[in-house]
Amino acid sequence: MNDLQNLLKEMLSVSGLSGFEAPIRKIVEKAWEPLTDEISVSKIGSLHGLKRGKPSDPRKKVMISAHMDAIGMMVTHIQDGFLHVTEVGGIDHRILPGQPVVVHGREELPGLVVQPPSHLLPESVGSGPVVMKYLLVDVGLRPDDVSEKVRIGDVVSYDQVPLDLTGEAMAGHTLDNRVSVAATTICLEELQSRSHDWDVWAVASAQEEETLGGALTSPFDIKPDIAIIVDVCFAKSEGATDWRNLPFGEGVGLGYGPNIHPALYDMFEKKAKELEIPFNRDLMPKMSGTDAMAVQIVAEGIPCAVLGIPLRYMHTPVETVSLKDIRRTGRLMAEFIADLKPDTLEQIGWEA
Amino acid sequence: MTKKTEELSQKLHIGSDQLELLEKLCNATAVSGDEHEVRQIVMEEVKALADDVKVDALGNVLVTKRGSGENRVRVMLAAHMDEIGMMIVKKHDDDLFQFEIVGGIDERQLPGKAVLVGRDHLPGVIGAKPIHMTTAKERENKIETSSMRIDLGPDIGEKVKPGDRATFATRFRVVGPSIFAKALDNRFGVATLIELLKNPLPNIDLLVAFTVQEEVGLRGAQVAAYTFNPDVGIAVDSTPAYDLPHWDEEEENFQYNTKLDEGPAVYVMDRATIADQRIVRLFRETAVEWGIPYQIRQPGGGGTDAGVIHKSRSGVPSISISVPSRYAHTAASIARIDDWQNTLNLIHAVLSNMSPDKIAGERRD
Repeated sequence: MNDLQNLLKEMLSVSGLSGFEAPIRKIVEKAWEPLTDEISVSKIGSLHGLKRGKPSDPRKKVMISAHMDAIGMMVTHIQDGFLHVTEVGGIDHRILPGQPVVVHGREELPGLVVQPPSHLLPESVGSGPVVMKYLLVDVGLRPDDVSEKVRIGDVVSYDQVPLDLTGEAMAGHTLDNRVSVAATTICLEELQSRSHDWDVWAVASAQEEETLGGALTSPFDIKPDIAIIVDVCFAKSEGATDWRNLPFGEGVGLGYGPNIHPALYDMFEKKAKELEIPFNRDLMPKMSGTDAMAVQIVAEGIPCAVLGIPLRYMHTPVETVSLKDIRRTGRLMAEFIADLKPDTLEQIGWEA
Repeated sequence: MTKKTEELSQKLHIGSDQLELLEKLCNATAVSGDEHEVRQIVMEEVKALADDVKVDALGNVLVTKRGSGENRVRVMLAAHMDEIGMMIVKKHDDDLFQFEIVGGIDERQLPGKAVLVGRDHLPGVIGAKPIHMTTAKERENKIETSSMRIDLGPDIGEKVKPGDRATFATRFRVVGPSIFAKALDNRFGVATLIELLKNPLPNIDLLVAFTVQEEVGLRGAQVAAYTFNPDVGIAVDSTPAYDLPHWDEEEENFQYNTKLDEGPAVYVMDRATIADQRIVRLFRETAVEWGIPYQIRQPGGGGTDAGVIHKSRSGVPSISISVPSRYAHTAASIARIDDWQNTLNLIHAVLSNMSPDKIAGERRD
């Protein structure tokens, strides 16, 4: 097993739902602490790591934003020892029956999402999918024990064990967006042996899946000159074959559209070509569905680039990624950053 | 606990060894028609315990352990080794694999699950289209099996072929009073029969059949019953506990089939068998006498190996006894260790009470 697999598996071993990021924040902090000069936590729970550029005053700032929060569920009601839940982030109820979960009650309780038998459901359900309202979570304990250990409002996270697939692929829950936190870590590692003029602010942002709260607030504190948003993008698979889906394992997605500053796009494309890092243009005609939607409009506005790591089966507990694309994304960011000169910003224009 | 059950629980205790064996059995893969892995475990476990062991033409493991007393009863105990699962049927150009369901799986249980494919247990996933690419209308319809694929990664090459079997990748775990595992239907039965073989009784010739292809038509048990030609047949299986709340909290759930924590489920009638009342009575009376909790499985659908055993040759007085478990035929079931313990105790106690006169004469109510 290599370092990247280890890091990813460690990051997937803890929860960290939107608004409840503490468990994953601790892991990321541990990974970034030796790679950065300063580390802090924002008021809303995002992690900020600063790696300073070459001494000069003032220095420009580039922010990398990778959200660390996960989708999941929350307990809404307890009935005869069974839990009712609602979603945190976007979940297709059709993938839920039979999923292993952890209920974060007074202690961590392993559980299963279960689909009750049809005679206990409204007749209208028939043989169709069962909506979240009627699904239950069973924690294998007797009702009295459940009432003692679980309260309404407790969060429920996926508990699928990560799987190593062939061809350097990995499947698991919450690869959206721990893969991007891993890519950011790789970037910071690469920068250890490189000199760079700009300050690098690595941000593991909070609440992307629900409120974009992290992405709206961290840039306000940091005031970066430019921002690189790294997130997952859609990879081709059965039923997902149109233009929105990039080939799997065949390169970084370079976001292109109104959330992205075109000059930054051009710089990334040029860099990828120069280094022969495979990439595909990821078209985002309206919005990117990433932290960039928020970062772009913080304060007086921030030029953004969006990098995407192609991911299959997004928002299921068996999301699948190519480790190669994670490494490529980390390296591309590092090379881009190492190339930033004190006057690079002045060369960025609109009418090039 | 009565004195008798105390004695029994010392003898037939579900401890860490028994749970370890059950874990090994549940984590093994044995989709109907390819029971190889479980058969290997069974052979390993029973060979030292038996007077005679053979694997028959269909792949059943037939074990004979004779008693030492007079007037012995020839009791066939059957537990199926196979489990529901999938078979790979086609490799597509995108290196994703189409599959077909083997046995009764509700296809709504399949999307987004981890699976193990082939005898090498290669990990794969049944993916699903991202929610971002579905419409609300689309989500009102279930995902059809024909549009699901198993993904084993981009470098799968020829390592998986059509014909390979797949199962859910769920790993066995003990959670408080419960077991979470795949294939408790029917590794509970398999493990129970192994424990009974370890604790033989003088009054019984144990004819133990670890059967194949139950989930696709009770095929193994049919030929096993013919071969054994028993006096009594007992199918040991796992039956669903539908003891969940009704969606409408005002409504009572009166169709629970069985309930967890209420002990072994004794069958009176299912779709395939009307149990012999003499044996039902023996189970009830023994349970009361020994102080072992039990429940009558709600009569109705379903079926076990008893469905073919009771019709073997000129007929065999038969019954089914099951360990209740929730969520059978899905990625993971939940059952109680205590229910398994009580099932084992009750069957053992019934065997010790068994004598030729209990089934002599005509079948009666």
